[in-house]
Amino acid sequence: MAEIIQQEKSEKGGKRRAKKHPPSIDMTPMVDLMCLLIVFFMLTTAFSKEKVMDITLPEELKDPNQEAPKISASRTVNIILGPENRVFYYPGGISDFTDLPPLYESDFSAEGIRNVLLERNRALFKKIEAFENDVLTGVVDIDQDSVQKSISQLKKDDDTGPIVLIKAYKESTYGNFVDILDEMNICGIARYTVMDIAWYEELMVETATGRTPTQTTVAN
Amino acid sequence: MPKIKLATKSPHIDMTPMVDLFSVVLIFLMLTTTFRISEPAAVDTPYSVSEKNIADFNKMIIVISNEGDVFFNMDNGPDTLLKYRPKVLAEMGKRYGIEFTEAELRTFEKYPSSLGVPIENMSRFLSATEAAEKIAYQVGVPMDSLNNQLGMWILYARQVNPNIKAVIKSGTEVPYPRVKEVLDLLQDYKVNSFSLITALESAEAKLED
Repeated sequence: MAEIIQQEKSEKGGKRRAKKHPPSIDMTPMVDLMCLLIVFFMLTTAFSKEKVMDITLPEELKDPNQEAPKISASRTVNIILGPENRVFYYPGGISDFTDLPPLYESDFSAEGIRNVLLERNRALFKKIEAFENDVLTGVVDIDQDSVQKSISQLKKDDDTGPIVLIKAYKESTYGNFVDILDEMNICGIARYTVMDIAWYEELMVETATGRTPTQTTVAN
Repeated sequence: MPKIKLATKSPHIDMTPMVDLFSVVLIFLMLTTTFRISEPAAVDTPYSVSEKNIADFNKMIIVISNEGDVFFNMDNGPDTLLKYRPKVLAEMGKRYGIEFTEAELRTFEKYPSSLGVPIENMSRFLSATEAAEKIAYQVGVPMDSLNNQLGMWILYARQVNPNIKAVIKSGTEVPYPRVKEVLDLLQDYKVNSFSLITALESAEAKLED
């Protein structure tokens, strides 16, 4: 629609003076826009980065005649991840496959497998704890990288703690696997590794859980 | 007596402090957060006490979804000119006799989340425009011994970027044998050291005397 803008009557022929008040800009659209941007950022971004846990698996033996490194049976603890979030352990090695030792059962709670491991790792855990305490109270003044280095040196020098062999039964889950590796970190276990489960260990789990043994892996 | 009439004026609120505040919040959010990458499938990561942050660059992420499907993702490297992703895709194309066009390589370079597309569907996936169509192609990377495409991805990713580190992101309830397959595959390609993505939780360890 056309609009007729009427010419304002000039006031008494003199110069018109602009009114002197500060120019006000309407900020509302800017606020709207910023609100939108903030909501967008809050929905599409995450504050924290994802956390990772490092793990190194033993290299596979290339030469079939090459023997796996020997470890002392008295320090060895075998942990077997069972079905339904159950976890079993037995100390030492097995020499007589006809007479399999019973499995001890534990769980992933704070009083479960953690106590078993801490009890065996007492000396090293105390050392690490004392060292961390020294760092916290300022007795030892070093930066964070050196702290990690010193702790791994403590672990390297340890020769009394357990050697933990982690084995996963076929019905265990990835969550169990991460949980047990996490326990290794919490308890400060110096030596642990992930291994394939042996046929007699599968048999032991099946006996302990009352499953019918699967005959697929018995032939060794 | 005549009433005193107040001049009817629209109430004017000064928005300037509000704008100031919003600017501060906006800049704060932009600087402190990272973009959340949406995964093509649901993955509930397990918890651990590890406080180590994931690396920004030089990583390949193998995602195992709650259903056990495997997805692969890697970054373009610390420098935008390196363009590791299209290089790896081109190598994959050579291996499987597929010629990827420049546009497809560009789409692949910019694609933000993990990919679970078999290589024979990759061209169709990259040129697909509908989101639903894209999702339909995300069936998981084949990794059985006959058609081991995941192994090839790992191989070429490591050839193109020798500094690349493997990261595994898997659902808590995924059966261990499925994870073991991926671990074995990584070990077949001489990757013995890798990281597992976990969510942070606290734990206490006390030694009783």
